[in-house]
Amino acid sequence: MSILKTILTTAATASVLMAGAAQAEPMRIALVAKALGIGFFEAANKGAEEAAAELGDVEIIYTGPTDTTAEGQIEVLNALIAQRVDAIAVSANDTDALVPTLKRAMDRGITVISWDSGVAPEGRQMHLNPSSAPLIGNMIIKLAADQLPEGGDVAVLSATTTSTNQNTWIEEMNKVAGDYPNVNVVATVYGDDLADKSYREAQGLMQSHPDLKAIIAPTSVGIVAAAQAVTDAGKIGDVNVTGLGLPSEMAGHVKSGASESFAIWNPIDLGYSATMIAHHLASGEAEAEAGATIPIGRMGEVTLDENNEAAMADPFVYDASNIDEFSSVF
Amino acid sequence: MTPTGRHIPDHLTSPAARALKSWEALLAVVAVAIFILNSMASPYFLDPWNLSDATFNFTEKAMIAFAMAMLIVAGEIDLSVGAIVALASTAMGMAMTAGAGTPLLVAVGLATGLACGAFNGVLVARFGLPSIVVTIGTMSLFRGISYIVLGDGAFTGYPPGFAWFGQGYVVWVITVELVIFTLSALVFGILLHRTSFGRTVQAVGNNATAARFSGIRVDRVRFILFLLTGLMSGIAAICLTSRLGSTRPSIAQGFELEVVTIVVLGGVSILGGSGTIPGVVLAALVMGLVTFGLGLLNVPGIVMSIVVGGLLIGVIAIPRLWTMSRSR
Repeated sequence: MSILKTILTTAATASVLMAGAAQAEPMRIALVAKALGIGFFEAANKGAEEAAAELGDVEIIYTGPTDTTAEGQIEVLNALIAQRVDAIAVSANDTDALVPTLKRAMDRGITVISWDSGVAPEGRQMHLNPSSAPLIGNMIIKLAADQLPEGGDVAVLSATTTSTNQNTWIEEMNKVAGDYPNVNVVATVYGDDLADKSYREAQGLMQSHPDLKAIIAPTSVGIVAAAQAVTDAGKIGDVNVTGLGLPSEMAGHVKSGASESFAIWNPIDLGYSATMIAHHLASGEAEAEAGATIPIGRMGEVTLDENNEAAMADPFVYDASNIDEFSSVF
Repeated sequence: MTPTGRHIPDHLTSPAARALKSWEALLAVVAVAIFILNSMASPYFLDPWNLSDATFNFTEKAMIAFAMAMLIVAGEIDLSVGAIVALASTAMGMAMTAGAGTPLLVAVGLATGLACGAFNGVLVARFGLPSIVVTIGTMSLFRGISYIVLGDGAFTGYPPGFAWFGQGYVVWVITVELVIFTLSALVFGILLHRTSFGRTVQAVGNNATAARFSGIRVDRVRFILFLLTGLMSGIAAICLTSRLGSTRPSIAQGFELEVVTIVVLGGVSILGGSGTIPGVVLAALVMGLVTFGLGLLNVPGIVMSIVVGGLLIGVIAIPRLWTMSRSR
């Protein structure tokens, strides 16, 4: 018994040591999620692995705490710093609380970037946003216009009158509305991001504007409620619902035809781009400074603004062709 | 016939034998085993700076665990410790916004901790309410106040000097938090094992009624213990806030369960009456070493909590199974 144990222990030790020796110094990039077990981040990891395969010689360490706490994420970061990984790409649970730990990481020569959910500027070299307000504003009206070759009336169903994100996106949408001359925005209503209120507001829109061709809801609550209202009113095919939503919640409405298409960030592309950027910064091929342009493989390139933030791309469009693939992801 | 003096021994086994069979010995063996396994499994483990970083995994929780151990030995429990940390941190943030310097911030943190502890203590000791009910209530109450004050905002911009507590080093790799941890271990170890107060705490935990009839002011003992737990939560709040450099109302979320886990793993009977501070120190080390070791191997956090749960049940069940198999 004890001999067997000794042999097993020795074998285990030896294999660990050999694994250590066999490592031919690949660049190790840690992709840190807000918490493990969330489809969005698992998908981002898929993108990171794709980038690693493309770059070659890159090892992805996908990790994160069990729940979305800053303290848990710091324990994970400490372990990564101790392993002297080459780069850390983190989606932060707390903008400020991670700063001291990430500063220490940078002091020890580790490249630190944040993605999805950002870290305060002093705690990272750059932050990758999935998209930007102008790109989102343009995308939501484009999605409505693409289904209306003849043009027609559209209305906006937003969250609350004070929702900063939605207000910015609608403002950006109005700026580019001139590019879509046939599309006529007739009203903006507010469902307060409540399912029942959004549903009633969508019903009201269809009653007060009988010729309405599309409802644009740049909120994940509003878009589902509007699609349901259109379905219940028997107006599938007459009124198209679009905007920003989650594939898992919108799959049924895309299949029923209540929504031809909608948009949201693609987590796979986000993980892919974050890995590309981390690699270019850690290898010294790119510098994280205002105005710098960093290539991100198949996604093109990003340009850093004065806060060292960058927008990845247009929101990704989901429709009947890809909804099944993503509805199980997030 | 000369009367033969009969010797009645204090203990049936020698002190050395008892020490070897003790809970602490078992924990020490586990700790050493984990240390050796970790250093074999990861080339990064045996690095002074990395080990120093690893201590942050347990120092703050362990500070609270010492006070919690005495409270549990006395047959009470405080589940509001995480919320006290949040409220103390929020109070410090408000003081910081009002322009307070580092000494005043520390005073505010300690005072808030004491006030919360006193509130729990009065409800338990003065009104005779069960501590588990009281502190489940204050757990929501204290954190609720933090959420009202902060909402989805945060306090940032603590003065540079304040960072010393959670980010500073005394000498080389010895962090300020590690020193506070060691000092609190000594103070609570002496308090529980070498003072009459410590003996009254154990008496209250063994049999509160008997203790009361023996002239022990049971309610006063309980009140003091809640006060101490509040104070240690305040100290932990200072360290954690300083380490994070910011306050959010979700700070120290779930601390209470991790603190109770350390205490129980340390061999303190959850029913009260027995337990040692050295046991709690070793349990904190074991927890810290396990989480850091697994972290170095990039073991997912979900697997890590399974390991910690298994460790807890294993360490508690094995001695019991051992006694059962021997008595057969």
